[in-house]
Amino acid sequence: MSVDAAGLTGVIRAEPAGAVDPAALAGYAEHPPRMGFFTDTSVCIGCKACEVACKEWNAVPEDGLLLTGMSYDNTQGLGASTWRHVAFIEQPGSAGEPGATGRGDAGDLRWLMSSDVCKHCTEAACLDVCPTGALIRTEFGTVVVQEDVCNGCGYCVSACPYGVIDKRRDDGRAWKCTLCYDRLGSGLEPACAKACPTDSIQFGPVDELRERAALRVTELHNAGTPQARLYGADPADGIGGAGAFFLLLDEPETYGLPPDPVVTTRDLPRIWRHVGLAAAMLAAGGVAACFGGRA
Amino acid sequence: MKRRGEQSMVPKAEFTSYYGRPVVKEPVWQAPEVPGYLFLGGLAGASSVLAAGAQVRACPDLARGAKVGAVAAISLSAAALIADLGRPERFLNMLRVFKPTSPMSVGSWLLAAYGPAAGAAAMSAVTGILPAAGTAATAAAAALGCGVSTYTAALICDTAVPAWHNGYREMPYLFAGSAASAAGGLGLLAAPCAQAGPARRLAVLGAAAEITSAQLLTRRIGMTAEPYRTGTAGLMFHASEVATACALGVAFIGRRHRAATALAGATLLAASATTRLAIFGAGRVSARDPKYTIVPQRERRTQRSAAQADVHSARQ
Repeated sequence: MSVDAAGLTGVIRAEPAGAVDPAALAGYAEHPPRMGFFTDTSVCIGCKACEVACKEWNAVPEDGLLLTGMSYDNTQGLGASTWRHVAFIEQPGSAGEPGATGRGDAGDLRWLMSSDVCKHCTEAACLDVCPTGALIRTEFGTVVVQEDVCNGCGYCVSACPYGVIDKRRDDGRAWKCTLCYDRLGSGLEPACAKACPTDSIQFGPVDELRERAALRVTELHNAGTPQARLYGADPADGIGGAGAFFLLLDEPETYGLPPDPVVTTRDLPRIWRHVGLAAAMLAAGGVAACFGGRA
Repeated sequence: MKRRGEQSMVPKAEFTSYYGRPVVKEPVWQAPEVPGYLFLGGLAGASSVLAAGAQVRACPDLARGAKVGAVAAISLSAAALIADLGRPERFLNMLRVFKPTSPMSVGSWLLAAYGPAAGAAAMSAVTGILPAAGTAATAAAAALGCGVSTYTAALICDTAVPAWHNGYREMPYLFAGSAASAAGGLGLLAAPCAQAGPARRLAVLGAAAEITSAQLLTRRIGMTAEPYRTGTAGLMFHASEVATACALGVAFIGRRHRAATALAGATLLAASATTRLAIFGAGRVSARDPKYTIVPQRERRTQRSAAQADVHSARQ
């Protein structure tokens, strides 16, 4: 048995912008820069090349072929066997809105597309709650499940504030995006980023991506798209900033993302305190019950 | 409870979602395995507390019954936990690391220490061998049992499931109460009337703690309390409270009658199990419906922006 250092990092508070180095906190003395994704949804064309490339490279099994009626989205959401998911928001819209078809008549639509992925949180709930140490922080600062260790307890599934990780039913273990850990080790970019034809998915050191993303938002604001905003890029947010963050053109929940996620582990010290008091209360109750009256 | 025609004081929550799909994943934990695990773990831990008290108080039949009940409950509870794993053959991986950030890791170690203690205490009580070691095991099981009964609250509250996480301030007390009430029930079933006093009083104290905590929880957590009040989970929660109250009444009025006492005990056990099923079900409902994730988070974000704006304007 060993105390899992990687699991303890989650409770460490995010410091001022850029200061947190999850790989160093996990105990890597020397390590490459933190790598991640910047998904710029303003240039996503909904081609799903990312979904296909991910499935092919990682040999992720098929998980249902059906028509949902949710615009072009038959994938529905991230899961054990879907590590990239392209969301399609096809709604009545008006000219001037981002993604508007702009004919200026009653049949106007707005089209938003966004490729979702595991956020590789700085403070990762899945990693914190994993009882076996199957979930680890890699030297790239990403979060990966070791499939030879996972015993399928399912705790990570309930802990993730984004609903990313899930248990594969026939296999019993938890699976999610690895940020192509094998490709990173060989100096390659992840399959989804490689396949993306518009560079909506950009891969690189997180520090650089954050700078690039901030410039892109300014550019879009100047070009008359005030709705452009970053999601997950702020190291002061509820998960200490995401390793995979996004540029969105509407509120996060429009894309199926939580508006203000907070890693559950931030409350864990308080939760343990209440558990301690409740345990003491039970002991006191036992004493009172046994010695507070006749037998 | 909202009646027909009555105007709700709370405006209907307006929110956007992606085709009504959930934001967080519904727990993959199964019923009855996991709620059963919560119930049986609580029952075992609190029974060990009762057993230790009863032994000191010289109620040997009650103590023996509680010890045997504790070891039976914890064995079933461990079996339920292992059955729920996707890879049951890898259950020993739970003891690969010790992680205070994972209530399931803490719980696994707690169970690994508690199980043998509870087993030794029961073994000694039934066979009469090694009484001194049996007493030490009884004391150890009682001390660890307090943790076994309550850590499961941390287990479910340390998640992104809205109805569970938001209730973390009350859940441990609710679980302690429900566990005490169940252990009291088991004591009433196991002990002769002459020794049932401690079990009856533990059941009363437990039920009071459970019902009070449940009230405080549902009043504090706003709209995420809805799943505890409505639907199947709401019905079960209510039924459990009514059954507990009735059982306590029967336990006091019929305290000289063996059958009445046993009926009250069985009812208390069933009510505690029902409470855990209700809490489990309410969590699932709150994860399935995106409004319980999105609306409270939006409110939090709006309040924070407003506070930041206040600070900003105060500086100018």
